[in-house]
Amino acid sequence: MLKINNLQVSIADKRILNGLNLTVKAGEVHAIMGPNGSGKSTLSHVVAGREGYDITAGGITFNGKNLLELAPEERAGEGVFLAFQYPVEIPGVNNVYMLKAALNGLRKYRGQPELDAVDFLKLVKAKTKSVGIDDGLLNRPINTGFSGGEKKRNEVFQMSVLEPRLAILDETDSGLDIDALKAVGDGVNQLRNSDRSFVIVTHYQRLLDYIVPDFVHVLAGGRIVRSGDNSLALELEKRGYDWLKDETSTT
Amino acid sequence: MASQPKEITEFVTQKYEAGFYTDIEQDSVSPGLNMDVIEFISKKKGEPQWMLDWRLKAYTRWTNMIEPKWAHVKYPPINLQAISYYSAPKSQEDAPKSLDEVDPELLKTYEKLGIPLEEQKMLAGVAVDMVFDSVSVMTTFKEKLAEAGVIFCSFSEAVKNHPELVQRYLGSVVPVSDNYFAALNSAVFTDGSFVYIPKNIRCPMELSTYFRINAMNTGQFERTLIIADSGSHVSYLEGCTAPMRDENQLHAAVVELVALDNAEIKYSTVQNWYPGDENGVGGIYNFVTKRADCRGVNSKVSWTQVETGSAITWKYPSCVLKGNNSVGEFYSVALARSYQQADTGTKMVHLGENTRSTIISKGISADQGQNAYRGLVRIAKGAKNARNYTQCDSLLIGDRSGAHTFPYVEVKNKTAQVEHEASTSKISDDQLFYLRQRGISDEDAINMIVNGFCREVFKELPMEFAVEAQKLLSISLEGSIG
Repeated sequence: MLKINNLQVSIADKRILNGLNLTVKAGEVHAIMGPNGSGKSTLSHVVAGREGYDITAGGITFNGKNLLELAPEERAGEGVFLAFQYPVEIPGVNNVYMLKAALNGLRKYRGQPELDAVDFLKLVKAKTKSVGIDDGLLNRPINTGFSGGEKKRNEVFQMSVLEPRLAILDETDSGLDIDALKAVGDGVNQLRNSDRSFVIVTHYQRLLDYIVPDFVHVLAGGRIVRSGDNSLALELEKRGYDWLKDETSTT
Repeated sequence: MASQPKEITEFVTQKYEAGFYTDIEQDSVSPGLNMDVIEFISKKKGEPQWMLDWRLKAYTRWTNMIEPKWAHVKYPPINLQAISYYSAPKSQEDAPKSLDEVDPELLKTYEKLGIPLEEQKMLAGVAVDMVFDSVSVMTTFKEKLAEAGVIFCSFSEAVKNHPELVQRYLGSVVPVSDNYFAALNSAVFTDGSFVYIPKNIRCPMELSTYFRINAMNTGQFERTLIIADSGSHVSYLEGCTAPMRDENQLHAAVVELVALDNAEIKYSTVQNWYPGDENGVGGIYNFVTKRADCRGVNSKVSWTQVETGSAITWKYPSCVLKGNNSVGEFYSVALARSYQQADTGTKMVHLGENTRSTIISKGISADQGQNAYRGLVRIAKGAKNARNYTQCDSLLIGDRSGAHTFPYVEVKNKTAQVEHEASTSKISDDQLFYLRQRGISDEDAINMIVNGFCREVFKELPMEFAVEAQKLLSISLEGSIG
């Protein structure tokens, strides 16, 4: 499904990703862990198509399509969703109104008929219930005045409405209390199925108590330096990242 | 794209039955301005002596005035002696024969706005021999107003049929010598609208100049006078979202509103005159004086404007809050892109006790557009417990546009409360990326952000006007992001 091959990325001549390889198959959940500054957020942004990064080598394909040639909205159309680490506030723009435009934008891209207001609201109602998001947030301006937890829940809510094929969660756990963490975990688990893949980018292991990954990768120095199953996450929790850094520098 | 409500479409495609203007021979006066020209205009219009005297008084004042230069706009000097101050309705011979002869860009815009074909022809000034099936809608409309006792007619008609009202109120809000352009307008105005709402009457429908097809030919020096008698209420819509063909570069209109005791006037404008081409050539100069006199106790006037057109906009719809407890409101969205320049804002003059005013101004600048907010809040000595809230937000698109804010506050009574909030923001890459990541195209994303920015103003517009205004803003912003 997602294939990242020898990806090298720089920002303003500073190399951030340094030959990263990653393959995510349908239905898999991959966790990407790593210390601060290891390039985790860069990876999320580059896959989603954020401008401002120089891709100097390598490639990203998604279901055989070259993602790097597509605009962010086209990548979304292909089924890529990014849950943002810092969801941005957009004053005056109603949350649900935006979501309707987004869903219909995706449907248009896929050659599907647009949903009318009635069907859309039905969908929203169902998803509101399953994600457990406060109704009141739906009709507020996007993320405006939301607490940190509300913003992240809103991201999960949007994800559940847009039903992506690949969801990237960029440090969705940062700044969350246990209840919010659990809610985010529940939201993701409900969406897990054999067609949908997840890439969970996180600094800490604790989110992985709620979302158990199939694979865990450690990103350091712009490359994946170690891969394993969930037990790797637990080991990292105990030992930190330094031992891996030492290991990579010696190899 | 939804077209406008059927009702409006029907109204504007109705042939305008005799009425708004009387027979005039097809001729015009040679360029230049002097007393003879003014006498000519007055005579052509069959005006009484008092009207001519009023014009001449204005002309005399005007000759002693100089063109104001304080606005934050730049333009080459206007030669007022090169303008013809009276031209009969345009000869159909010069007009385009069919839509094929009309600028395709203009047609594209009409299409996007969802304007019906017949109406497109009318707006583009196509010489058509329109055959209309029925006049019933217009008749119903006139009957309904007459039943309520509402007078809604052209200014010329009012001078003839309601001279006592015109004499009493004309120039009582904007005196002839108020400013250079107002004095000019007073001397040479050709036509406009007149509205009188009798005591305790709530006008049964929203009044719009849009209904009046021939208003298009009176555009250059338009005069509007609206009087809301005690306890009455009226909502008036001016302008049109569609760009109209117009050969007059200078527009200097005057609008006077009078609200008596407990009366309320809501005045909404959508202005989309030709802004000039992408190199800043051509375009309308829009120098307008709009003022409301909240003369009565508990009276209220609310100005809402969406200004997307014109090369230069110079406009400050104002409220003089004379009556105790009177309320003035100003809600504005002004867009300046390409080489457009807008210097717009409001004046709230608090004279009465417990008077309140609210100013919400949203300026959007794109490309090289320059947008200035200029606002005055004056609390006079006797205005006990006056309140003002001003919020003035600017949105910049691209890195060559400019936003300027010139707030003036004069407070002479210490019980006053005056608040001013201002912000300047740019559409951020973060916002754009967020929306695009969700599947929304970059152009739609910009529209969404801009419309969000303007929401507080749009919600003040009558429903169908608000929908059109949003559409208009999207069209006006097309291609503004590289």
